[in-house]
Amino acid sequence: MAIDINLPDEKGHFGEFGGRYVSETLIPALTELQNAYEEAKKDPNFQKEIDYYLKNYVGRPTPLYFAERMTRELGGAKIYLKREDVCHTGAHKINNTIGQALLAERMKKNRIIAETGAGQHGVATATVSALFNKDCTVYMGEEDTRRQAINVFRMELLGTKVFPVTSGTKTLKDAMNEAMRDWVTNVRDTFYIIGSVAGPHPYPMMVRDFQSVIGRETKKQILEAEGRLPDLLVACVGGGSNAMGLFYPFVEDEEVKKLGVEAAGLGIDTEHHSATISVGSVGVLHGSKTYLLQDENGQVKGAHSIAAGLDYPGVGPEHSYFNDMGAVDYTAVTDKEALEGFSFLSKTEGIIPALETSHAIAQVMKAAPKMSKDEIVIICLSGRGDKDIHTVTDLE
Amino acid sequence: MNRIEEKFSVAGDGGRSALVCYLTAGDPSIDVTRDIVLELEKNGADIIELGIPFSDPMADGPTIQLASERALANGTTIHDVINLSKELREHTEIPIILFGYYNPFFTYGLEKFARDAKEAGVDGILVVDLPPEESGEFKKHLDNNDLNLIFLLAPTSTEKRIDLVADNAGGFIYLVSITGVTGSRPGMEYSLSSLTKDIKEKSGLPVGIGFGVSTPEQAKDISNYADAVIVGSAFVRIIEKNGNKRDILLKEIGEFTNSLSSSCVKS
Repeated sequence: MAIDINLPDEKGHFGEFGGRYVSETLIPALTELQNAYEEAKKDPNFQKEIDYYLKNYVGRPTPLYFAERMTRELGGAKIYLKREDVCHTGAHKINNTIGQALLAERMKKNRIIAETGAGQHGVATATVSALFNKDCTVYMGEEDTRRQAINVFRMELLGTKVFPVTSGTKTLKDAMNEAMRDWVTNVRDTFYIIGSVAGPHPYPMMVRDFQSVIGRETKKQILEAEGRLPDLLVACVGGGSNAMGLFYPFVEDEEVKKLGVEAAGLGIDTEHHSATISVGSVGVLHGSKTYLLQDENGQVKGAHSIAAGLDYPGVGPEHSYFNDMGAVDYTAVTDKEALEGFSFLSKTEGIIPALETSHAIAQVMKAAPKMSKDEIVIICLSGRGDKDIHTVTDLE
Repeated sequence: MNRIEEKFSVAGDGGRSALVCYLTAGDPSIDVTRDIVLELEKNGADIIELGIPFSDPMADGPTIQLASERALANGTTIHDVINLSKELREHTEIPIILFGYYNPFFTYGLEKFARDAKEAGVDGILVVDLPPEESGEFKKHLDNNDLNLIFLLAPTSTEKRIDLVADNAGGFIYLVSITGVTGSRPGMEYSLSSLTKDIKEKSGLPVGIGFGVSTPEQAKDISNYADAVIVGSAFVRIIEKNGNKRDILLKEIGEFTNSLSSSCVKS
């Protein structure tokens, strides 16, 4: 069966995945959001507004940079980096929060909430909330507020309230539970900005659409630089928004291989990883059916990764669909390998990548040397690593 | 007539509303949950909802979240809750509804679950995060086993949602009294009585009110327009307070149930 890029269907399904598994209280809010988004999509002014802020505020288009030293060191395929790390706030997350905040404006919702893991989405949400003068609360696992203290400070500077979540595993999944609880309680005046291609319909579709600017630019830029499409696209996958943003505009280009890199943590044969697609099974969490890390009784397991942004036991439902359709391959690299990627890119290119992104770098360090010199690899350099310097120095 | 219908019919004929009591199964232990259910019945509970603990209880407030964590820490599984239902059937004919989040049912296997639950003597299933749009397959298996699939409606539900739920629901309709999570809040929200009336007319089913119901006064008020009063967090708080002090726990549960039950009267 051929891959269908015109998904989800009207109920939010990507094949068997996705959908809208939420309590009845949220259904009217999701319907309202879906209608507002569909209307906005048809309005050329909405896209114009997004383009304005992406260009003048975020700094798009971001460069597609030929990593010459990295290419030479690895001795195989030509490596390009799609520089999402130079976006305002330091990661791709703002592509989505600009879109959703403009939608909140249209819907006249004056309160914004969000969940965050590494804090990148939280910072991107706090930023647009300041920009559009919204009251903002960000839910963050208590464990993550410690690991990513700098981002907590940044959010507070931007005028956002950061609410440390102490339930469950005290990480991203629990932050998302708490944000959903807030939304269900304050649904009439609150807009929930989900940061990944996860959650109930229409979020996976909407976030994909906002992030697809990454892949659209990349396609144009590589055609200009090389006159042809790349052979391989590589991106890290937690919930999977940067990977979806890069891959989606290439889905019908079957000759372009796509590889999503999950976090193998301490190893996929241990209990401490976030390799949802690689070793998980199908279930329902946070409003959609997708691959999950769960036990035999359907309880969701805690995930682990050195990268807080990958520390999530689910994955966007469209990734599950792409996996089952064979449109994208998924693999996983360990904490240790990611740290090698972190160090390697810093030293060869003078670019300190986020630990999340370092997973993609590490995978390319394995793959590129086996490829021929006329092949082209593009890595989504989804974020910069300043936020991770404490984590890394603590290990040394 | 199944056990749920029979209960509503008897309560209605007696000028009463049915008292529906929620417990998280396995908190503080499966054995004590069994004892509490029997105590609830003795003191006037009409229907029991047994909560299947879940790792990510998105629709629950802190009280039931913590109960869920305690039950999971005890190792409580969906299998244990089915077995508990079976054991309860040896002692009582009170209607039992299993109440939970979709993933444990899905992982168990929907068809197998429906068969096993029926065999255990369960009467109905309520899945918080399974709206009618996603419920087709589960409903088919539950229908095949004559089990009611109970749906929620909320004050935010539109006419269209009410129609959709009315077309799919079995047993009764659970109307969430507030926009929010489970747990007690002071004061009920507006116009619940007219919403209740509307839902009853459309569905032809009894309507119960829950989320934030914790006092005899509220029970009395609700009984004037609805068919059931649903109380959860208030019981869970008594359990939380007393933990494994079984005798005191049962005594307090009994007294509280009695005070609620005697207020479930239509004036």
